Amino acid sequence: MKKIIKYVFIDILRNKIVLAYTILLLLLSLSIFNLEDNSAKGLLSLLNIVLIIVPLVSILFASIYVYNSAEFLELLVSQPLKRNSIWLSIFIGLACSLTLAFFVGVGIPVLLYELSATGITMLLVGVLLTVIFVAIAMLATVNTRDKAKGIGVAVLLWLYFSILFDGLVLFLLFQFADYPLEKAMIGISALNPIDLSRILVLLKMDVSALMGYTGAVFKDFFGTTVGLVIAILVLLFWSIIPVWFSVRKFNRKDL
Amino acid sequence: MKTVFIILCCWCTQANAHVIKVGNKQTIKTITAAVAAAKIGDTILVDRGIYKEKNLVIDKQLVLKGINHPVLDGEKKYEIISIKSDRVTIDGFLLQHTGVSSMIDFAAIKIYNKHYATIINNIINDAFFGIYSQQGINCLIQNNTLTANATEEQQSGNGIHCWKSDSMRIIGNTISGHRDGIYFEFVTNSVIWRNNSFKNLRYGLHFMFSNDDAYITNVFENNGAGVAVMFSHGVKMFNNYFKENWGDAAYGLLLKEINDSYIENNRFENNTMAIYAEGANRIHMQKNVFKSNGWALKIQASCMDITLQQNNFIGNTFDVGTNGSLVMNTFNNNYWDKYEGYDLNHDNNGDVPYRPVSMYSMIIEKNPPAMILFHSLITTLMDKSEKVIPSLTPENLKDEHPLMKSIPL
Repeated sequence: MKKIIKYVFIDILRNKIVLAYTILLLLLSLSIFNLEDNSAKGLLSLLNIVLIIVPLVSILFASIYVYNSAEFLELLVSQPLKRNSIWLSIFIGLACSLTLAFFVGVGIPVLLYELSATGITMLLVGVLLTVIFVAIAMLATVNTRDKAKGIGVAVLLWLYFSILFDGLVLFLLFQFADYPLEKAMIGISALNPIDLSRILVLLKMDVSALMGYTGAVFKDFFGTTVGLVIAILVLLFWSIIPVWFSVRKFNRKDL
Repeated sequence: MKTVFIILCCWCTQANAHVIKVGNKQTIKTITAAVAAAKIGDTILVDRGIYKEKNLVIDKQLVLKGINHPVLDGEKKYEIISIKSDRVTIDGFLLQHTGVSSMIDFAAIKIYNKHYATIINNIINDAFFGIYSQQGINCLIQNNTLTANATEEQQSGNGIHCWKSDSMRIIGNTISGHRDGIYFEFVTNSVIWRNNSFKNLRYGLHFMFSNDDAYITNVFENNGAGVAVMFSHGVKMFNNYFKENWGDAAYGLLLKEINDSYIENNRFENNTMAIYAEGANRIHMQKNVFKSNGWALKIQASCMDITLQQNNFIGNTFDVGTNGSLVMNTFNNNYWDKYEGYDLNHDNNGDVPYRPVSMYSMIIEKNPPAMILFHSLITTLMDKSEKVIPSLTPENLKDEHPLMKSIPL
C-alpha cells in the first residue's frame, strides 16, 4: 500500500497541471496580500478563491487522474493486492499531493502575512475541502465508466456545491420566510461543505459583525468548542463517507 | 484722560479681588475654609497636595486655580465640586473617585442652574459623572481630560453631561471609558469642538432633543455604539472623524428623527454602519468620506429629502442599504468606487447612472437569515445580473451623475 501511495504521490507531483495549480495559488495569494494594505482584508479576498478554485481543481484533477490511470488500475488489480488498499492508496496519494500543492500555494503566504486564528482556520478548511472534493471525485468516477460523462458529473457536482445549493437555500428561505429559520440554517449549512467552511472562516473575521442576528446565532453555535468540534467532524464525515461508498463500489466493480 | 480712567478702574478691581493661597505650607489648609473666607471675585490658589474636602460647594463668584494639579479626592462617597454661583472658574485640578449611586448623579464637577461657569484644564479620573451641567448657561468646558473604567452601562455615568443647558462651549476635551462620552439632552445653541471621545461604553456622543447645536472637528473612535443624534433639528456636524465603531450594534452615526441638519466634510472609517438614518428629513450630506465601512449608508424608507452630493464612497462592503422601494432622497455627483460606467465626453461625470443598492443587500433586508450566504459565489453572480437588469432594487435610488474620480477630501 505504501508503495502505491508513494508511486501515485510522486507521479502527481511530476504532473505539470499540479505544478501550474500550485504556482497559480501562490501568485494569487502573494499578489492579494501585497495589493491589500490590510492583510486581514487580503484574507477575505483569498477566502473567495479558496472556496471556488480549490474544490474545482480538486474534483476535476482527481477524476481525470483516476480515468487516466484506468490501465494502471487494471494492472494493479491483476496483482495479489487487496482492492481496498489499491483504491485507498490512490485516494490518499491524490489527497496528499493536492493538499501539498494547496499548502505551498496558499499556506506559505498565509503563514507569512497573516498568522492568526483566522488564517489557520482558513488553511484547515482549505485542506479539508481539498480532501472532501477528491473523495467526491472518487465516488463520481467509480460510478461512471465513461470518461467524458464522469468528468461532466464532476463539474456538475462542483456547480451544485458552489452555486446551486446556495440557490436552493435562498429559495427555501423565501418560501419559509414566516418561520424562524436561523437555527435550522445551522443544520442546512452542514449539508454543504463549502458553505460550512465559508461560515466557519467568516465567523472568525471582523466582517461577522455585518451578519447581524443570523451571524449571532451562528456564532453562539460555532463559537463554542463543542460547535467547532462538530463542524470539523461534519467536514471529516464529508471526506470519509464518499470514500467509503466508493471503496464498496470498487470492490464489486467489474473492471 | 480716558486711558488713565481705565487704568484706574483696573487698579481698583485688582485691589478689590484678593488672592487666597491654600496648601500645606500656607495658613489656610483646606479649600473649604478658603471658600468660606473668600469674598466675591477672589482667586483661590491651591498648592500641590491631596485634599479630601468631601463635597466642596462654591456659592460665590470665585476663581479656583490649582498649581501643578492638586488632587481633590471624593473618597468614592461624595460629589467633589458643586458650583452654586454664577461666574465660577475651576482651573487645573485633578479630581478623582467620586461617589457612585443609582439615586444621585454624583459628578466630579456639577453646575447647578448657573451662568458663566468656566471649567478648564482639569484631569478627572474614575468619576461617576465627569462634568455635569444642570441648566447651565454660557459655560465653557475646555481642555479637560476625563478617564474612567466603566464596565457596565447601569453602573456608570457620562463624561460631559449637559441637561437643559444653553450656549455651552465644549472644547478640546478628551473623554474615555465613560458610559457616553458627551451627553446632550435639551441643550440648545451650543458648540462641541475639537474633542476626542473614545472607548466609551455606549456612545461617543449622545444627543437628544437638542436643537441648533454644532459639533465640529471631533474624533469619535472605538465607542460601543458610535454616535447617536436623535429627536433634534438644526444640528451641524462638520469635519468630524468617526472611526472604528465596530460591532454587532455599532454605528458611526445614528440619525433618528433629525430634521434640517447639515453633515459635511466628515470622515467615516471602519464602522459597521457609517450612517444609519431613520425618520430623518431635510438633511444635507456633502463632501463626506465613507471608507472601509460595512454599510456606508443605511437610509430607511422613512427618510425624506436627504440630499447626498460630492461624497466619496471607497471600499465599503455595502454602499447603500434601504428597506423599501419608496425613495424620496436625492443622490448626485458622488464618487463610488464600485461604479463601472463610462464617460464619453470626459466631463468627469459618468454617463450611466449608478445604483448603489446591491441586490443582495435588498435580499438580506427582506430576509435576514439570507445573511448566511454572505460572501458566497451566488450572491456575487446575482449582484452582477441585477446590475444589468434591475428588478428588485428600488428604481429611483440612483446617482444620475456619478463622478469618475474621487474628490480630494
